[in-house]
Amino acid sequence: MGLLSKKDAALIKDPLFDNNPITIQVLGICSALAITAELKASIVMSISVIFVMGAGNVVISLLRNVIPSKIRIIAQLIVVAALVIVVDQVLKAYAYSLSKQLGAFIGLIITNCIIMGRFEAFALANGPWRSFIDGIGNALGYGLILCIVGVCRELLGSGSLLGYKVLGDPIEKTGLYAYGYENNGFMLLAPMALIVVGLIIWVQRSRNAALIEEN
Amino acid sequence: MLEHIELFFKSIFIDNMVFATFLGMCSYLAVSKKVTTAVGLGAAVIFVLAVTVPLNWLLDQYILRDGALAWLGPEYASYDLSFLSFILFIATIATMVQLVEIVVEKFSPSLYNSLGIFLPLIAVNCAILGGSLFMQSRDIQTLGLAFNYGVSSGIGWFLAILAIAAIREKIRYSNVPAPLRGLGITFIVTGLMAIGFMSFGGMLTGGDEEAPAEEAAQIETVTPEAEEVEVVTNTTNDIN
Repeated sequence: MGLLSKKDAALIKDPLFDNNPITIQVLGICSALAITAELKASIVMSISVIFVMGAGNVVISLLRNVIPSKIRIIAQLIVVAALVIVVDQVLKAYAYSLSKQLGAFIGLIITNCIIMGRFEAFALANGPWRSFIDGIGNALGYGLILCIVGVCRELLGSGSLLGYKVLGDPIEKTGLYAYGYENNGFMLLAPMALIVVGLIIWVQRSRNAALIEEN
Repeated sequence: MLEHIELFFKSIFIDNMVFATFLGMCSYLAVSKKVTTAVGLGAAVIFVLAVTVPLNWLLDQYILRDGALAWLGPEYASYDLSFLSFILFIATIATMVQLVEIVVEKFSPSLYNSLGIFLPLIAVNCAILGGSLFMQSRDIQTLGLAFNYGVSSGIGWFLAILAIAAIREKIRYSNVPAPLRGLGITFIVTGLMAIGFMSFGGMLTGGDEEAPAEEAAQIETVTPEAEEVEVVTNTTNDIN
């Protein structure tokens, strides 16, 4: 960690586990759940959010002394919306089918609460470099959960990862399917995303008792 | 008229914002600890959706979509500004929320006091922007239908947050495993509610001949179909 001081490294590490944006701060749930039926979509979504978070935090941090506090929400929304348009256009140009599949959810990065939350909580009070690291850290924490949910749902739901049939072919009965294994199609449905995230929260909080909430 | 009724029930039950598309989850989870606050936020969401969706429909129809600028003259007919829709939609929403706040404060202080703190929060509620974006991608045809869509998806969101708030008030007296307390159990309960809402999937597709009394049996038979629809909307999202 020559590049990062100890304090900066904590900015990246904390949101990955003990202060995860999704499971602890409860930010950015909407997109986390809706697009995780496949790992590929989760990865693309995470990359988009990492880009928007990193760049957005830097811009807001640079502008923090210029923006009047009364209209800061609108100013922040405009910055994010501009960045999201860039992401959307890039996806449309280079990965059209994926951008069709993600549909309105790319646009919904604008109102992803992680982004607004970190602008308010961090970028408005810190310099650009630290804000950049904080943005990347939080987006990575978000991406981590997205990918875990994506792996669970794609592996159990359609027996593949990134489209590769890792458990064998369900039609020709090879691999695991030869022993009578069946895909759990239920995992592909929307409600299971909620339950998978609920289980992740359960595991995380039973490993770290400090995170348990009051009833 | 029929299409209005169909859209109304479809947006409340089948395409419920919370249970089918997970829009507005953040405030749904954060503000659902008490029924009274949940009702306040839900009412504010219905109100703002009813204002912003028709407004954004007009923007989409007359400024943004391919060829929408034709009313300016034939030389503008080839413009396609749809890449600007995110920024225009969110700007409309943010300004409308601000405007609604000022107007309500002036003319109805009692309503302002009950909605008060929730109104500014709503600008960043994904349900609001999601309403406009889905309105665009589902190709809603008329201004009336757009208004209908805004109101009915707001009602769907209202129902969802009301139900979860009531359940959470009860859960407080139950013996939940410690690591699941609070957020964890809320997620799982929401998941179960979403599974319940999936049974509405057949409501508008298969119920023509059967009497309402047979509805319980009908749900059983229709579920696989409903699941299929769910999967498609969930993974491709460009259906409808």
